[in-house]
Amino acid sequence: MSDLHTLSVIALAESLRRKQVSAVEVATRFLARTGGNPHNAFLDIDSEVTLAQARASDAKLAAGTAGPLEGVPVAHKDVFVTRDFATTAGSKILQGYRSPFDATVVQRLAQAGMVTLGKLNCDEFAMGSANENSAYGAVTNPWDTTRVPGGSSGGSAAAVAAHLVPAATGTDTGGSIRQPASFCGITGIKPTYGRASRYGMIAYASSLDQAGPMARSAEDCALLLSAMCGPDLDRDSTSLDMPGEDFSAALNHSIEGLRIGLPKEFFGEGLHADVRTALDAALREYEKLGAKLVPISLPRTELSIPVYYIIAPAEASSNLSRFDGVKFGHRAKDYVDLVDMYKKTRAEGFGSEVKRRIMTGAYVLSHGYYDAYYLQAQKIRRMIADDFQNAFKACDVIAGPVAPSVAWKLGQNANDPVADYLADIFTLPASLAGLPGMSLPAGFGTHGMPVGLQLIGNYFKEAQLLNVAHRLQHATDFHLQKPAGAQI
Amino acid sequence: MALTSQDIDRIANLARLALHPKEGERMLTQINGFFGIVQAMQAVDTAGIEPMAHPVAAIQDITLRLRPDVASEPNQRELNQRNAPVVERGLFLVPKVIE
Repeated sequence: MSDLHTLSVIALAESLRRKQVSAVEVATRFLARTGGNPHNAFLDIDSEVTLAQARASDAKLAAGTAGPLEGVPVAHKDVFVTRDFATTAGSKILQGYRSPFDATVVQRLAQAGMVTLGKLNCDEFAMGSANENSAYGAVTNPWDTTRVPGGSSGGSAAAVAAHLVPAATGTDTGGSIRQPASFCGITGIKPTYGRASRYGMIAYASSLDQAGPMARSAEDCALLLSAMCGPDLDRDSTSLDMPGEDFSAALNHSIEGLRIGLPKEFFGEGLHADVRTALDAALREYEKLGAKLVPISLPRTELSIPVYYIIAPAEASSNLSRFDGVKFGHRAKDYVDLVDMYKKTRAEGFGSEVKRRIMTGAYVLSHGYYDAYYLQAQKIRRMIADDFQNAFKACDVIAGPVAPSVAWKLGQNANDPVADYLADIFTLPASLAGLPGMSLPAGFGTHGMPVGLQLIGNYFKEAQLLNVAHRLQHATDFHLQKPAGAQI
Repeated sequence: MALTSQDIDRIANLARLALHPKEGERMLTQINGFFGIVQAMQAVDTAGIEPMAHPVAAIQDITLRLRPDVASEPNQRELNQRNAPVVERGLFLVPKVIE
């Protein structure tokens, strides 16, 4: 099959089950596409490991013991630890690190039969909105290689958009699945906080980090999400004790009468006109499908920026204290004593954005500032979560932009980190509230760049979100568009 | 309230980061730029609001679980030390801390 790499996860799984193609053939095709590392999307590839996994899949397919996604390739964001591939979290401090175990999410997808193609570039420790903070170089956007792919799961988004892999994992702390999905014209979902295990996911901000799938359609995401989620009670103390769910079950439900809430704060003057135009057209499609658009308000939307950029760095400064040059990772060469070794090791190993967030976090947690910053942020966080519960009295799902603009030019915000923070305004509220959120392609803005529509659901309503997304993808072909320059 | 270069030095020490003077200066400007947007947070009346640590606590009682204190993993000392910068006879080596 010459078009193997253009097939969806569903179609690939079906072809493999029917033995129209073998897992080794599929893996070989995708490995060939990653040659030369297009878009700098991958950080580690090992064809022997991948082909060995593919051969094992073929054996299971032959024996009739195949998992639901047997033989379908996946690649993992480099913050998931893996035994068989190096794991760096995009940081120099972890260069060459080999984990003694697999993250739960990696393990679950392998149990479902997926074959790992490699590890994907990302912002260092998932801190960034453009994938320009990777110690291993920026990732480029397949739609325009002079532009950013978004971040922090930028390698995941670029690889899926360029058809280097049919699906990938990502993590979302403040928008790191939804925003790159939007910038690269693919579909991605972050489940309710606590649905997917954080075991083996290198911690950035523990009360916010969530894993989720990124693929080219809602139905593909539903398959991966079903395999990824489920309780992991002994290994992740924040994992929710909720049974796994078949997130594909409700995909085709009618959305007649569905109330879609449009927060007025998401459609204000900060939103670029081209994004607005694309979203309006997508929302009209929803009206044609029988949904009702209702105005709502999320009054503390703007406050989510300082609240997030206090809480996340505070947690990061604690989490990243483990990188000290003793048990793993980089160690400075010259030092006079233990403290000097710590300081030089960390100064050499961390990039500037990571240092900035560690410094901010250490400051807001330090004596005399804790109440004014960290505690105050946690209180407003609850108010933001309560605002959503109020809003959900009037609507079933919330829709809006993912980001104020389409993907910007590489290097544009290099000297202005706050500019990147401000662009996170529409993804941060759902992150702080721990709600499920997704991005799906909704057309194109200026320069032919993709625009994503964000859908936010109430807690545990992932199946409904995927249903709402799937209905639009059933009626439109935004998600089927391919970047012209990516040799697909 | 703006941070000073003394604050930057103090925090860098707490965070165990050796900063070059130029890096410290740039950090000071950037962190102060960020605290410009934090001001809005200070004006919010949060009297009587409970801080929220686990987001799902917005709709249900959440207590972080503890598990029984028993070994759940086999001993894999060698595998676990494979990534250490300096190991000798199964021990992680650090610079001398006691004279």
